[in-house]
Amino acid sequence: MKYLLLIYDNEQRWEKGYDKMELAEYGAFGKEFASAIIGGNALKPTATATTVRVRDGKRLTTDGPFAETKEQLGGYYLVEAADLDEAIGIAAKIPAARHGSIEVRPLMIFA
Amino acid sequence: MIDLDRLCRAEWGRLLSSLIRAFGDIDLAEESLQEAFAAAVLEWGKCPPNNPQAWLYGTARHRAIDRIRHRARSQELLSSLAPFDERHLQSTGDNHDAVPDERLRLIFTCCHPALSSEAQVALTLRTLGGLTTEEIAHAFLVPATTMAQRLVRAKAKIREAAIPYRVPEADDLPERLSAVMAVLYLVFNEGYAAAHGSELLRRSLCQEAIELTRLLRSLLGLCLSEVPAEVDSLLALMLLHNARRDARVGADGELVLLEEQDRSRWDRAAIEEGCALVQGALERALPGSYALEAAIAAVHSESPNAQDTDWRQIVGLYARLLRVHPSPVVGLNHAAAVAMAEGPAAALPLLEALAAPLADYHLWHAVRADLLRRMGRPREALLCYRRASELSSNASELRFLARRIAELGGS
Repeated sequence: MKYLLLIYDNEQRWEKGYDKMELAEYGAFGKEFASAIIGGNALKPTATATTVRVRDGKRLTTDGPFAETKEQLGGYYLVEAADLDEAIGIAAKIPAARHGSIEVRPLMIFA
Repeated sequence: MIDLDRLCRAEWGRLLSSLIRAFGDIDLAEESLQEAFAAAVLEWGKCPPNNPQAWLYGTARHRAIDRIRHRARSQELLSSLAPFDERHLQSTGDNHDAVPDERLRLIFTCCHPALSSEAQVALTLRTLGGLTTEEIAHAFLVPATTMAQRLVRAKAKIREAAIPYRVPEADDLPERLSAVMAVLYLVFNEGYAAAHGSELLRRSLCQEAIELTRLLRSLLGLCLSEVPAEVDSLLALMLLHNARRDARVGADGELVLLEEQDRSRWDRAAIEEGCALVQGALERALPGSYALEAAIAAVHSESPNAQDTDWRQIVGLYARLLRVHPSPVVGLNHAAAVAMAEGPAAALPLLEALAAPLADYHLWHAVRADLLRRMGRPREALLCYRRASELSSNASELRFLARRIAELGGS
């Protein structure tokens, strides 16, 4: 079986940068479960999020994260795109975009 | 003597667009351009350069290069920088082409749908219109610090989410262009319809929206074989409404209704330009909502007074607008036009059908009151005027409603 572990947290804790101790803990976690972990990334804060929906063949792009309580997380794609427009273009082609919403969030890149 | 404030207002957007293109960084471009203008204040005094635009661009470019020298990865960025002919700094003659015009990219980036509409408006006015943060804050009735925060967040999202700096591909162009037009129309309406702010400020917002729409139109004309008809229609719509600016405000600052305006005070040149634009748009494409609204404004503009207005044509245009853009408020306007064309009895059922969505909208009650009054049902009319009065917060509307209530013997 494969499982997706979703990390929900108060992003305000990270506003002034990541806590070094906690980051070290993540490092240790990564080592401990290296054989189980297939992939994982930190996301940039929700202020960078864009939500894409397609209704009646028309694409609706809005600022901000997904905020609908009657829809539930059903899957994810990690994609490489040159910029947000390309990412939105791909997101709009996901079949679920016609019924639900696709949240587009850039990954956090650690220097 | 060069008027630097005027030059800044006129050239800010173009110079900034070009610097953002060169350095890929809005903040860096803004800071460097600000420094270039500050340098101009000090250095131009007695002998301003022959080509002020190129001087400002070249100077801002130097400042930006100085700044990035101190950064990591600066070599990579500097070597990818497009060359700039330094001779332009001293060149004779006013050669505008020395600075590339990248404002079309800037418009599409500022009006990107991944930004909130408030952020889109603020960024567009700041970067393209060259308004200061304080001016924008004042126009939208928010503290300057709030507006500054809004701009900072918008620029951070552009950077962090990698919103591109380019004109969208043909596939995306209709959607993206309609987002740009929505922003420009919002700026115009903020100036035109707002019940707050000084008269001067509201007028300058309308003027700004018109100038930005003209700019959009001319830039699109350079890269498309034909300017989309809706862009012409939007410009027409703004021009036709703005043509009434002097007649729609009374001596004591109160709003004067269309029917009661002194039409000799309408700006005929603006009307002529607006009518020609909308006519051209209607000839080459199926009308969208801007075209229909502009056509309605054009019919009013060409009528000598309210009685001699072609209300049947206006009814027809509103009916089409309802199909393109169904909304209760358009429905209300349609019903009001029907009342003028066919009498109040024909309009009342149309109005009643909008009772649910417009229950708390003062104008629905005011229009209903007017119909009932004209149908000889004064007691019901009085109740409706009172309800409209309770729901309205606009001072000149309240005065108008009080007058009607008094005429019907109420208080």
